[in-house]
Amino acid sequence: MTLYTSTIRLPRQRSHAWKRLGESTLFAIGFPFLLLVIWAAWSTAAPATFFPSPVIIAQAFVDTWIGPAFVTDVLPSLGRLALGIILSIVIGITAGTLIGLVRWLRELLEPLLEFFRAIPPPVLIPVAMLLLGITDTMKVVVIVAGAVWPVLLNTIEGVRSTDSVMTETARSFAITRAERLRYLVLPAASPRIMAGVRQTLSVALILMVISEMFASSSGLGYRITYFQRNYLIAEMWSGIVLLGLIGVLLAAVFSIVEKRVLRWYHGIKEVERA
Amino acid sequence: MAPSSTRAVRTTRKLALGTAGIVGFLLAWQLIPALGIISPQYLPYATDTLARLGEEFRDLEFWRNVGRTMLAWFLGLMIASVAATALGTIIGLVPFLRRATHTTVEFLRPIPSVALIPLAILIYGIQLQAALVIIVFASFWQMFVQVLYGVADVDAVARDTARSFALSRSERVRYLILPTALPYLMTGLRLAASVALILAVTAEMVISNPGLGRMIVHSQSASDWVGVYALVIVTGLLGLAVNLGFRLIERRSLSWHQSVRGEIVL
Amino acid sequence: MRETLLQVEHLKKVYESSTGNVEAIGDISFSMSAGELVCIVGPSGCGKTTLLKCIAGLLRSTGGTVELDGKRVTGPPPNMALVFQEYGRSLYPWLTVRGNVELPLKHKKLSRVERDQLIDDALEAVGLEQAAKSYPWQLSGGMQQRVAIARAVAYQPEVLIMDEPFAAVDAQTRADLEDLVRRLHLERGMSILFVTHDIDESVYLGERVIVLSKSPTWVQEDLTIDLAPERDQITTRALPRFTELRTHVYEQVQRAKRGQAVRPAA
Repeated sequence: MTLYTSTIRLPRQRSHAWKRLGESTLFAIGFPFLLLVIWAAWSTAAPATFFPSPVIIAQAFVDTWIGPAFVTDVLPSLGRLALGIILSIVIGITAGTLIGLVRWLRELLEPLLEFFRAIPPPVLIPVAMLLLGITDTMKVVVIVAGAVWPVLLNTIEGVRSTDSVMTETARSFAITRAERLRYLVLPAASPRIMAGVRQTLSVALILMVISEMFASSSGLGYRITYFQRNYLIAEMWSGIVLLGLIGVLLAAVFSIVEKRVLRWYHGIKEVERA
Repeated sequence: MAPSSTRAVRTTRKLALGTAGIVGFLLAWQLIPALGIISPQYLPYATDTLARLGEEFRDLEFWRNVGRTMLAWFLGLMIASVAATALGTIIGLVPFLRRATHTTVEFLRPIPSVALIPLAILIYGIQLQAALVIIVFASFWQMFVQVLYGVADVDAVARDTARSFALSRSERVRYLILPTALPYLMTGLRLAASVALILAVTAEMVISNPGLGRMIVHSQSASDWVGVYALVIVTGLLGLAVNLGFRLIERRSLSWHQSVRGEIVL
Repeated sequence: MRETLLQVEHLKKVYESSTGNVEAIGDISFSMSAGELVCIVGPSGCGKTTLLKCIAGLLRSTGGTVELDGKRVTGPPPNMALVFQEYGRSLYPWLTVRGNVELPLKHKKLSRVERDQLIDDALEAVGLEQAAKSYPWQLSGGMQQRVAIARAVAYQPEVLIMDEPFAAVDAQTRADLEDLVRRLHLERGMSILFVTHDIDESVYLGERVIVLSKSPTWVQEDLTIDLAPERDQITTRALPRFTELRTHVYEQVQRAKRGQAVRPAA
């Protein structure tokens, strides 16, 4: 009897699971697909100069970026971006922890930090060009100068607001300074630090593009501007798409890392919600 | 010791240290070119820069440029926040739309707004509209995501309560969803305001529509370095004003809500 | 007579605040011998937590001395362990149960084997061998408090201080945890200073009960609990002597609340 029912039920469940999977895939790609179709139809029906059809852009994407341009323009840009992001995070967390832990230092620097983070980062490009010339260093410095703030300020705030009972626990068990940093202060601040890192990533990408639009003869930002000035519309669009892909990739990598680092944090949130 | 002395001492100390920080920074700035660590040609004296700042403040054309930048900022922020609130509320409230647009949002949001600059220039040329495209695109997402979170954050118990008392749809929006989403909305507005200012100045630098950003680029090409440094400070002060202003608005409008929101980190 | 472990003499604590100075602790003196289980009760707001923090070296007293093992307490002493009421905030959510118990042992000079043995032993003592790999927030409140107790046990302190540890758990869990504390005391000879606002709990657990007055606090009564060391939730609580002691302490606390008790001239 049981055998009978189970043989009946099994395929049904499977088809149900498949149906669900199919449904979520449909939801995931349905709307973007619809948009693309509308765009394609529109650009064929009423050809507009500045909105070539997605097919043409895809063709231009392959022609433009797959080949030598990848080595001469894309890779150097990505290298500077990566270096800028890593430096921002390292500097931001190190300085932020120090400032967050030492009260007089925090009170000394607070007004200055408030001011510096309020400066729109791209205006630093002329200054950096003057001091460092049009070099790779200059571009990385611009990226760091703009992207360090979210991590820095979030780290300060996170370190500062370590829970009082947790701190007292550490003190009562005579936990050493280094251990306190490693097992209490940094983990406690990690949700805020990660929130800062997320912003840092997008600011860094913006500054990478801007610094190349301004002062460069290679790189992604330079290429896109070049295409625009020469009315290579499809190529320009392919550059926009590439930047979009880089942004999406960064966001995806971030969310994977964030899920790992903050597993405990998301766990708590889930428990609280249940 | 007087009762309130410790707190007073603490505030005075904070003020004194903060002032010391600013004075120390200005002093270092003055000393670096004076001692020849960096040539005064590249890093003008703090006093010269501040003097220039004073001159600019008496110049009408400077204030016109500030006005142009702030107009672009204001229009961009307005368009973005109205659009984001409307779309965010509708999409956030309808589960079907939320699911259908999820991937599209996740793909569009990380696109760096500055990537659209060439397109904006092609379509609108060197005009305010081109700058607005960039400003709106950048600040829209800041608001939109917050509104989505806010509308979705309605407490399950509160919602069940509302349902059990048979509140109508408009009543639910008015008394349940709006108050829940409001803190998120204000946070989104604060973030969007500072992003919009950054992009307003950036657009002027790259697109060359008139404003502070273009002034900086002009000073740079005229090798007027004192002017560049002075204008960088001006943009910093504007940014500071925007940040402080919106933080104040956020705190004012949510004074009743702080305890609820205190722990949430987005 | 067992040797004196903890000696508190003329302890005084005054908080300074903007609204005026608050004398939380007036003058507290008592002593505790090695291997004793002493309970401290008092009306709510009588400065129990303040007293504990002074004893634990987390708070500086305004006057008087605390001596542990003949040494004056100025900072947190290494041979003392604390269990807080707020288990959710005293356990680190990013560490597993095992990690939490292990943390205070890291800087003790122990071999890997010895350390593991201490941890296993402590987890076994509180009945949490199976949960070692879980995270604290995956456990119930009572189990989380067990983790905090295991951490203190593994630390091998000379005195264990517990600050209303069971105030936030449900009644049944509470009974289990009380028996756990009794067992640790009997089987391992641990010296425990247990602060509670629950009169029944203090009589059931303690060998001595110290009744505090309302703030500014002094010791209103130091009562020896002459119940057999082997105690049981059902039979012990049903004893006439238990009821007598309970009633006595209850009356004392009521007097303390009303401020009827007269402080003896120092």
